[in-house]
Amino acid sequence: MLLGIGPEGPVAGRRVAITGVGVVSCCGVGTEALWSGLNGMPPSGERRVPGFDPEQWLSSKETRQLDRFAQFSVAVADMALADAGTLDADPGRSAVIMGTGVGGLGTLETQIEVFVEKGARRVSPRLVPMMMSNAGAAAVSIRLGWHGPSETIITACAAGAHSIGHAARLVASGRCDVALGGAAEAGMTPVGMAAFANMTALSTSGNSRPFDIRRDGFVITEGAGALVLEAWDHAVARGARIYGELAGSASTADAHHITAPIPGGSGAAACMTLAMEDAGVSADQIGHINAHGTSTPLNDKAEADAITKVFGASAPPVTSTKGITGHGLGASGAIEAVAVVLSIQHALIPPTSGYEQPDPDIHLDVVAPTARPWDPAPVLSNSFGFGGHNGCLVISPA
Amino acid sequence: MSDDETFDKFKECAVEVLQVPADKVTREARFAEDLDADSLDLVELVMALEESFDVSVEETELEGIETIGQAFDLISAKL
Repeated sequence: MLLGIGPEGPVAGRRVAITGVGVVSCCGVGTEALWSGLNGMPPSGERRVPGFDPEQWLSSKETRQLDRFAQFSVAVADMALADAGTLDADPGRSAVIMGTGVGGLGTLETQIEVFVEKGARRVSPRLVPMMMSNAGAAAVSIRLGWHGPSETIITACAAGAHSIGHAARLVASGRCDVALGGAAEAGMTPVGMAAFANMTALSTSGNSRPFDIRRDGFVITEGAGALVLEAWDHAVARGARIYGELAGSASTADAHHITAPIPGGSGAAACMTLAMEDAGVSADQIGHINAHGTSTPLNDKAEADAITKVFGASAPPVTSTKGITGHGLGASGAIEAVAVVLSIQHALIPPTSGYEQPDPDIHLDVVAPTARPWDPAPVLSNSFGFGGHNGCLVISPA
Repeated sequence: MSDDETFDKFKECAVEVLQVPADKVTREARFAEDLDADSLDLVELVMALEESFDVSVEETELEGIETIGQAFDLISAKL
């Protein structure tokens, strides 16, 4: 990961180890649930997180005072830290970067109902601290007593990738020895669902079919993911298990349209290229791409064009885990970063569920219908958000 | 409604908002020290009490309220 340009040229930062992962998804709570879910059948019906009990992590009072997205943030942070083992990190050099797309939308909706039905005097004094998009990062840093940067990046569906990239750079630069990077989303609220449906973003058939000719929109989900990112030498010194390296990240903008990707995917292509440069790897070293692959007609075509533009005809195998998980909006990049770590750990690329009939305009090696064994190599993980925000991560085996 | 019944109703609100065991809600209990309640908790509790007892409490009336007993007296004086 590069820090910038010095008098002698590009300046490389410290290596960043991934030493812990945590996730909640529609496959369930934890990494095992995600991994078995990714290698199974898609859930039927609405893709909410099953069996999430916030009181596994929070007191009943804390639960009452946190929106569901912030509860997810605390849960995945706690899981990732438990997974990482004893960090022995200076709290002043430890960071929390937790993104989201819409923050506490559910709390806002509930309180608007209260306002309409009962008047201004009944609106909860907790509304602001519950709905604010930084409530997840705040809850985690308060819980951990970490005094380093605690921030929230809000770039719609690219928030997870951007948060992890920013967290990693805090470690690479030497500002922090440990950073939690991730994102959470709980936007499956009545108004949220209606809004996504009315903008014709959601699949009317209820099927997530990334890159398939029949794809007709995304299937909305909720959840969160987090990685413990740690200075490589710090991780080695404490004998930590290292899953892999957060080797590079990049961010670009389409500067085109508030919701539609730029045709041809030039913004996405630039982002992928910059992320590989950041990681110091060439296109032929990338062994797999975890695509954004939302199952919308426009995204999947633009992303496929961008991949072809960057990699030519020899693009590495591509999978979209959204075939199973659906689209977790701001959390998606974080959930997928966890999926990439698991793909490396298991030396297996999970299939793109729902991909059965190729689109003749998409020239990708889509992994389907079954998982594909591979020799783990650097992985590119793509995330693209409404607003034209692009975020790419490069995650390499240890 | 007897004083005991009124206090029970008051206690229900406190248990719900403050998420504390009912036996901790005594007249002597102090909001901050004994019930771990911050200023926002107090505002929430007063809103719940206003709703439950159909009374109105002005912000200025809350000055100096530190115990359950003081808050209870404030509400019951309005009934």
